[in-house]
Amino acid sequence: MTMPKISIQHVGKVFGEGSHRVEALKDVSLDIADNEFVTFVGASGCGKSTLLRIIGGLEYHTAGEVLANGQPVAGPGADRAMVFQHYSLYPWLKVMENIKFSRRLKHGREALTSAEVEAASGRADALLSLMGLNAAANAYPNQLSGGMQQRVAIARALMGRPEILLMDEPFGALDAQTREVMHDLILHVHRLEKPTLAFVTHDVEEAIYLADRVVLMAPRPGRIDTIYQVPLPAEREQDMKHTPEFLRLKKEILARIRETSGMKTDQDMLDQLNIQGEMV
Amino acid sequence: MQSRPGTRPRRPGMWAIRGPLSRRQYWLFAALGLLVPLGLWWVMSSGAAVDKVFLPGPVDVFKRLVTWYTEDDLLSDMGISIYRVTTGFLFSAVIALPLALMIGTFRPVQAVLEPLTDFIRYMPAVAFIPLVMLWVGIEESSKISIIFIGTFFQMVLMMAEDVRRVPLAQIEAAQTMGATRGESLKLVIFQAAKPALLDTLRVTMGWAWTYLVVAELVAANSGLGYSILKAQRFLQTDKIFVGIILIGLIGLVMDQLFRLAHRKAFPWLHLKS
Repeated sequence: MTMPKISIQHVGKVFGEGSHRVEALKDVSLDIADNEFVTFVGASGCGKSTLLRIIGGLEYHTAGEVLANGQPVAGPGADRAMVFQHYSLYPWLKVMENIKFSRRLKHGREALTSAEVEAASGRADALLSLMGLNAAANAYPNQLSGGMQQRVAIARALMGRPEILLMDEPFGALDAQTREVMHDLILHVHRLEKPTLAFVTHDVEEAIYLADRVVLMAPRPGRIDTIYQVPLPAEREQDMKHTPEFLRLKKEILARIRETSGMKTDQDMLDQLNIQGEMV
Repeated sequence: MQSRPGTRPRRPGMWAIRGPLSRRQYWLFAALGLLVPLGLWWVMSSGAAVDKVFLPGPVDVFKRLVTWYTEDDLLSDMGISIYRVTTGFLFSAVIALPLALMIGTFRPVQAVLEPLTDFIRYMPAVAFIPLVMLWVGIEESSKISIIFIGTFFQMVLMMAEDVRRVPLAQIEAAQTMGATRGESLKLVIFQAAKPALLDTLRVTMGWAWTYLVVAELVAANSGLGYSILKAQRFLQTDKIFVGIILIGLIGLVMDQLFRLAHRKAFPWLHLKS
């Protein structure tokens, strides 16, 4: 078997000390294969974002080991680009300058022959087209809609050809229609650029539609509960969301999230409120 | 609430909560806000009820402005005051900026400097005058020092807050693109904080002007603040008025220059969508 692209081995994460001690992750182990698309879902507090940030090197783990490309993760690096939910674009740079931001870094300037510079510039143009941003190249981010802004963020993350792309609820702030467009776009990117993709979301439908595998995490302490293989063909189409196997999986995952959340179901909560109302 | 049949919702008037105000109406009200106090001042001073020594009229004040300009070298008074304020202000800005970047970025620096600065900023700048005279003397540098003391500590804290307000996602995005610590600081944190920093400079420039009169208490023999103090000794109330109004006007002009610089330097913040 080939080496996994990302290998998470018995990872634990503790925030705070003493009475403030919170076990955000406990004994999490997972291998993600090269070019695999894995989505993470789970009730709030399950540590899915923390796990993603640990892979990205933005958060340190307090137990276990994380390997990316076979190397232990010791901090953030250009091989693991991250796309955030919002506020990550540079408002003082135009769209094209945002996409080329990594070229301003020493790391991005290591390629210095004119051919390489030209190639990089060509890549920026290609990403601009790929993301459908040609008309917006000279706009500032605050002139764009939320969906367009996320396209820029994705293009910028792809600019340095990262082998691993980490996405932390990237479409969480977008409306439903825009989100569907972005889903097909990111699948296209995944086919074309072949990054290994780890994607955190709270939208179960999104998680299934995009992923090869859906990792369901549970809170208190944060841990992996179940891993679902998505029984859909590799080429996804929006209509698949209405197939019985899709709906069955969605129902199963939603039920499991509810069970693991430790909270009562919405109906229980409503009943509770009604009882209190009657007492008043 | 049920509306009667046939009635349509009306366009909200200017007195609706956060209601609309056309450009013409805006300027009308703005002019009113300036002309009414001026008129009241003129009416009050022209009557016999108030002695001119206590309240000189607009005309007297204007006449004094002219004689100050023609006979008492108003321009050099203005010049030296502007020099003192801008120099004290620039010193404070040049030292405050790197410190604020460090305080806002590195927690140990914050822990060392912020409580200290917070403590000093509550000390009245005026109380430092004897010390400044003792340490710096009574030359030009003493006046600049007072203005520095009055603005620097506030400036550092406000600028550090500007730096801290840079969204973490912007910094982390750079880190996952391979940015080093220095690159994150220079290419992201500083760039992102710049507009807020310029705003802080604009606000603290106003404070620098308020310390001018205090600074010119120290063995000065020229300047607007000094002239105001001297005029008090001779009961030249009209001159006091001229001095105060001039300081206000210079402040207003500088404020507008800062706003202009803001529009020129940060065009993305002033886009009309």
